[in-house]
Amino acid sequence: MSEFVRNQWYVAAYGREIGRDLFSRTICGESILFWRTEAGAVAAMSDRCVHRRFPLSQAPSHLVGDTVVCGYHGFTYDRGGACVAVPGQTRVPRTARLTSYPVTEQDGFVWVFIGDPANADATRIPRAPWLDQPGWTTVSGMEPLAARYGLLVDNLLDLSHETYLHGGYIGTPEVADTPIVTRVDEEAGIVYVSRHMADAACPPFYAKSTGISGRITRWQDIEFTPPCLYLLHSRIAPVGVLPNADGTDRDAYHVEVVYALTPETERSTHDFWAVARDFALEDQGVSDFLAENNRTVVLQDVAALNVLEQVIATEPDGYQELSINIDTGGLAARRMIAKLR
Amino acid sequence: MKILQVDWVPGSDQLRGRCHCGAEAIVDDPVEMWDWLLKHPNHPVPVREGKA
Repeated sequence: MSEFVRNQWYVAAYGREIGRDLFSRTICGESILFWRTEAGAVAAMSDRCVHRRFPLSQAPSHLVGDTVVCGYHGFTYDRGGACVAVPGQTRVPRTARLTSYPVTEQDGFVWVFIGDPANADATRIPRAPWLDQPGWTTVSGMEPLAARYGLLVDNLLDLSHETYLHGGYIGTPEVADTPIVTRVDEEAGIVYVSRHMADAACPPFYAKSTGISGRITRWQDIEFTPPCLYLLHSRIAPVGVLPNADGTDRDAYHVEVVYALTPETERSTHDFWAVARDFALEDQGVSDFLAENNRTVVLQDVAALNVLEQVIATEPDGYQELSINIDTGGLAARRMIAKLR
Repeated sequence: MKILQVDWVPGSDQLRGRCHCGAEAIVDDPVEMWDWLLKHPNHPVPVREGKA
């Protein structure tokens, strides 16, 4: 049985990736062709010509206005995936239609619905507004992960691994040493994991970007809306500096770390990452530093999870695990994902 | 809102779980914790009952 959670929205791409060139990405095992119409809307359809399965993203396939022309025999499709022309005859077979996919652009992402289009309610797409909002500056990227989606969920829901895997970047001893609070909103379908460190070392990722030189109060508040969108609300301030009673928090630095976890195949995942900050908004040096450092951190995870995938792929189903307190949030996420299947 | 909450009890290795119905339990293991929470409304006899 497929492990994919269907009838869900997934991040397929950044909006900047989709233009007037044909673009292909595999989502939940489905090869999908993306392109923009002349009016700028994103179109999404199967990346396989109905005739002989030639990939429509493959040259010499190309766009002509708002149609895609297959580069093998010239089958031509409109933005909805309907075949509008075939070579050498006027009759287009009724069954000549590509599967098309509901798409929505929001917060800099292109979301695609995998499942029955009748269930594609775009109001259910969770938000990451900082990525495309005045007052915030964002750096972002995507790394291919040769590991199953569930391993990335485990990784992101338990940040104690920062201490060991990301030491010298974002990890300090206090992360693994600080107890967590896990909350599950059963109706909204959200898992929250909070770790508030009152007096912690400032890791280079934050010391160099904020300029704080001493110890810090560091809050990590995870908000995961399965299956795809993960938010880490990160608050950094000098030790003892807390939000004001009226809710304002101008003496702290806020970083919104956003991940979109999109299965590619049963054993590979698109690892979208973004870092939005509310300070040093115009400082390109800070942007370059955060982009390079966060990518390095993501690649540390990728290297570890790729190895882990190789190991567990050889294990029988139901292999032995041991969970401890740090896994409370990850276990909650696993359960919520299982309910969605 | 139906909120389930698990607190890692500060200074200990124990977890305190609270169901949206108010029932509470303290256990040593997160797997056991979620098993207990998800038995709602038939939580097994817990270490501690809250105000339902």
